[in-house]
Amino acid sequence: MTIAATEPLVDVRADFPILEREIGGKRLVYLDSASTSQKPTQMIEAVDSHFRRTNANIHRGVYALAQEATDLFEGARQRIASFVGDSYQTTIFTKNATEAINLVAYSWGGANVGPGDEVLITQMEHHSNIVPWQLLCRRTGATLRYLSVSETGELSLAELDAVLAEGRVKLVGVTHVSNVLGTINPVAEIAARARAAGAVTLVDGSQAVPQMAVDLSELGADFYAWTGHKALGPTGIGILHGRRELLEAMPPFLSGGDMIASVSFEGSTWNELPFKFEAGTSPVAEGIGLGAAIDYLDTIGMDRIRAHETDLTAYALERVIEVDGLRVFGPLDPERRGGVVSFAIDGIHPHDVAELCDREAVCVRAGHHCAQPLMRRMDVPATARASFHVYNAREDVDRLVDALRGAREVFGL
Amino acid sequence: MDELYRDNILDHYKNPRNFGTLEAHDLDWHDHNPLCGDELGVHVVVEEGKVAELRFHGQGCAISQAAASIASEELIGKRLEELPELSADWLIDLLGIDISPTRRKCALLSLKVMRGASTGDASWPE
Repeated sequence: MTIAATEPLVDVRADFPILEREIGGKRLVYLDSASTSQKPTQMIEAVDSHFRRTNANIHRGVYALAQEATDLFEGARQRIASFVGDSYQTTIFTKNATEAINLVAYSWGGANVGPGDEVLITQMEHHSNIVPWQLLCRRTGATLRYLSVSETGELSLAELDAVLAEGRVKLVGVTHVSNVLGTINPVAEIAARARAAGAVTLVDGSQAVPQMAVDLSELGADFYAWTGHKALGPTGIGILHGRRELLEAMPPFLSGGDMIASVSFEGSTWNELPFKFEAGTSPVAEGIGLGAAIDYLDTIGMDRIRAHETDLTAYALERVIEVDGLRVFGPLDPERRGGVVSFAIDGIHPHDVAELCDREAVCVRAGHHCAQPLMRRMDVPATARASFHVYNAREDVDRLVDALRGAREVFGL
Repeated sequence: MDELYRDNILDHYKNPRNFGTLEAHDLDWHDHNPLCGDELGVHVVVEEGKVAELRFHGQGCAISQAAASIASEELIGKRLEELPELSADWLIDLLGIDISPTRRKCALLSLKVMRGASTGDASWPE
């Protein structure tokens, strides 16, 4: 089958300096954005400019430079909050999405989950949305349960209803978009059903915010965690959005400077939101950088980015199955999945697939993608995974397909 | 010919020697490579202090499977007390290919499992 290559819906490759690189004399084809995204010049320059012109510690300095840095950082927080339809006070900066989930597991979980209670997550979660709940359940005597994943890589709302009806679930944790299957989960539906059953919901939005419009005011989740580095921003910054009443009632997670209102020898009182959950010096440059990344995404428009990713995913789903012995995991309808395609090739382990793709300067991920329980559910030890962002084009998919064919040749298949 | 996926590597990957299980065995060990999820176990029959028979089993990439297969042929006949002395270089020399740092653990998993079976030492060979 041949598909006529069309003009890319969005062509912003010139904004990403790393894409000018060659590896082994071949143009770099980066297909691992689900792991971390590449960075636009606009974001890099915002961080560079901060260190060159406005660097000072924030929140405390009386001098003008410190105020400039504070304004840049808190301005970024305001724009990041608006970008996903949340408010400034309930947008908390963390180190990454993992820390955001841990914050909820320790602070909310420690105060609200006990023996006999249940935490309900799904078989398609990233380890970051499994292990904190395993540890919470071990600490509190609660039970961790998993919603199953169907053959097509989807969750069942009927199964959710059945588990919720048993009346023991205190929290439902679910990924918005699977980092392996690409499945877009019906998180608004899930949050509504959980709330009706008296449970709170935590959604892991790490794969969703970078590639589709997310409006938390419509979504209705109690907690929503994501990370900056997958959304064209720097590493070292994640975000937790939470419902205000819950955040106000929760005890602090990490403690130290900046999160206090006052400290005496006898005890301390807590700062207001969002600072109550931000102990120590903040990731200032990272926040400013993420603000610039969000501005960049906003300028292109998340609906255009989503259309671009859907086009690439549809093209990839059609093209990779041209490779003999290749099988794709997850929903086959590109409208129901994000920009990620996991696959396996008979007779070649995914590690070897990734190694041979690398010879062609095509970067794909191989392994369990931090989702070992899901690998077991799919009955595969590992998969290879290609994932896309706004800077990819159909010709990148063509390069992948050529590399996969070459891998089969090396293996004498 | 590819410098990593040489004919003998692919031959051992596709037709692994001493692969499977042994119903009656004296030593049994299982381990995995946490980076990629490759899994490997070994059953060993010991006679007069020597490895009389062994079978590796599990799944993994061409490098880890071929390394287990190639190593198995050398391990049979060795005295148990020799096994802890076997170094990472011993196995990599045996493979005869350049192993990048990212694939080193793939190659060494079989030696790690074999040393674990003989001594209970679960550390990576150096």
